[in-house]
Amino acid sequence: MIGLTDYLIVSAILFSIGLMGVLRRRNLLMLFFATEVMLNAVNVAFAAISHYYNDLTGQMFAFFIIAIAASEVAVGLGILIVLYKKHGSLDLDDLASMRG
Amino acid sequence: MEGLVYIALFAPFASSLFAALFGMTERKIFVGIVASTLLATSFIASAMLAFYVYGTGNAIHVTMMDWISAGDLHIPFGFIVDQVSVTMMVVVTLVSTIVHIYSIGYMDHDKSFNRFFSYLSAFVFSMMILVMSDNFAGLFIGWEGVGVCSWLLIGFWYHKPDVSREENPSISPSWAANEAFIMNRIADLGMLIGLFILYWNIGSLQYDKVFAAVPFLDGTVLNAAALALFIGAMGKSAQFPLHTWLTDAMEGPTPVSALIHAATMVTAGVFLVIRANPLFSLTPEVSYFIAALGTFVAFFAASMALVNRDLKRIIAFSTLSQLGYMFAAAGLGAYWIALFHLAAHAFFKALLFLGAGNVMHAMHDELDIFKMGGLKKVMKWTYLYMGIASLALAGIPFFAGFFSKDAIIETAWNEGTIVLWAILVITAGMTAFYSFRQVFLTFEGDERYKKYGIHPHEMYGYVLVAMSPLAILAMVAGFGMKSFEHFVTKLLPDYHMSEHTHHIAWFLGLVVLAFAVSGILLAYKKYYHGLKRDEQLENSWYYRLLANQYYIPVLYDEFIAKPYAMISNAMWTKVDMKIVDATVDGIAKFLYKTGDTSRKMQTGNLSNYLNWMAVGAVLLLVVAAISAAAIG
Repeated sequence: MIGLTDYLIVSAILFSIGLMGVLRRRNLLMLFFATEVMLNAVNVAFAAISHYYNDLTGQMFAFFIIAIAASEVAVGLGILIVLYKKHGSLDLDDLASMRG
Repeated sequence: MEGLVYIALFAPFASSLFAALFGMTERKIFVGIVASTLLATSFIASAMLAFYVYGTGNAIHVTMMDWISAGDLHIPFGFIVDQVSVTMMVVVTLVSTIVHIYSIGYMDHDKSFNRFFSYLSAFVFSMMILVMSDNFAGLFIGWEGVGVCSWLLIGFWYHKPDVSREENPSISPSWAANEAFIMNRIADLGMLIGLFILYWNIGSLQYDKVFAAVPFLDGTVLNAAALALFIGAMGKSAQFPLHTWLTDAMEGPTPVSALIHAATMVTAGVFLVIRANPLFSLTPEVSYFIAALGTFVAFFAASMALVNRDLKRIIAFSTLSQLGYMFAAAGLGAYWIALFHLAAHAFFKALLFLGAGNVMHAMHDELDIFKMGGLKKVMKWTYLYMGIASLALAGIPFFAGFFSKDAIIETAWNEGTIVLWAILVITAGMTAFYSFRQVFLTFEGDERYKKYGIHPHEMYGYVLVAMSPLAILAMVAGFGMKSFEHFVTKLLPDYHMSEHTHHIAWFLGLVVLAFAVSGILLAYKKYYHGLKRDEQLENSWYYRLLANQYYIPVLYDEFIAKPYAMISNAMWTKVDMKIVDATVDGIAKFLYKTGDTSRKMQTGNLSNYLNWMAVGAVLLLVVAAISAAAIG
């Protein structure tokens, strides 16, 4: 029987993969993907816990997150395109212009 | 009458502010004239108040406004004009007015003429607050104001460099000003402690409340309060061991010396003892100490004056000596005699100083009496004035000093303190000797100044006229003794000689007179016909001891000033630099260093930032987990 624990483990694995992506990737586009993975890992956890407690609030929260993630991607991709047009690259090592 | 009180008090203040308006501009003669007029106004108001108080016997008590009102502490700006304060007011304003007029002539070549008048009037204003206040706090303001003004005036020629003197390692006007200020500061601590003791035990600083309460206080408390207050008086009145500043204060302009010695400063200590007589008469031990110290200082100062060569310093030592007489009288309970001597002394001492100023003006700031002589030909008026003042100082019959000083010496006999009496009598002889040594060396004998290419000239006519009231008072003030006694003993305890003393008063007077006359005769014999220097005498150890002022300035320098400078230096280099500064600098350096190190985190690379963010989030999680575990 697949229980809450299994869902949470999947969610944690997904979150870790996303986190590793955020930490290790150098391409901005890939960073976006990684954040999406992290958000959806959280969504999985929300849905699972919601079902476990028989409370719809968690699932509603998951929908909110999906909606916000969609708008974030829309704005973020726009910025990425502008950045790419300006610098001709999306590599973070090339974009470092604010050295302290 | 209330208006007169304020006029008397604030006219000098107005004068000071008016002169201050022109403080930074070149000499303007009208500044001096306006200042003198305002001072004269103050004098006239004081004199009218004196007539009122004399006529009605009532004191005038005004409260201008509240000053401090906090909790149980109420201190108003109140002023009282009674027999004692009105005497002081008249003496102070009279002498000050003459000194102001004198200064117009004396300071006429000085570029800071206007500034001088501003300070001078402020000095008088402070002294008026001191004598008129109806509480100890107001007295203390005046006390400090006098201190500040004396500092400004002694150091008036602050641009003069340090000069080495035989008896004093190094001296300049600014050095002397600092010395006067610091010596007074030491004594003021005593004064403050005295005020605290009184307030702590009585809960008020108003004279009437304090003096009404002192008879019910414990003896120890009274002794402590009286002693602490007297320490304050010792500083202002330059009693041993805080006396060195008074002679060094001669570095200031001569009118300032006249003011300090006759009116506005050194008399403050005597005034305090007279004002607080209900306290001091309850503490016989402290009073006896005051009398003994006064007698000692009288002798001690006179002995140093015997051999000094500096015209102004001789007069300064004589002030010190006469202050000793005043304290002797006050300590023996004869407060009104002390006040009488204070007033009489103010007249002839101011006259002496102003005369010395004339000589100095004529001799182009030369003060060594060994380089003078024969000045009577060109300066006969100054000679006359200084002669009169010296006769009064020496206590020759019918001059002012005769009555007052005789009364003090008689008091010492009457109290049965024969040792004090004997010392005071001998001192009277010494006083006569050094006064006339100075007068003869300056005005008689061979004209030694010619060797130094000096062409002396007499002072301006109006200055000499302005000095005449002092000369007249120095001659006749003594005759007012009976009515003065009648006047002030309404407030001060009356002091009568016993029947026995009364009978032999003529004999006691004769003894004093014999000493005084023989002092003058000795001076006449030695110095009238010119200066014959005696190498053997001048090199003898006692002559050297006196000429070096008992080596006290050197001792102070060696054992107080130098070790203090050494300790300060050590504290600076060891404690301040190595501990205090090092700690503060260390904190600053640590912050700089952490900032410098952590600055490198800001690479501008988003990926790095995200890594740091993750580290932070993990740290927060760990902290949250640990605290949850700790609480759970």
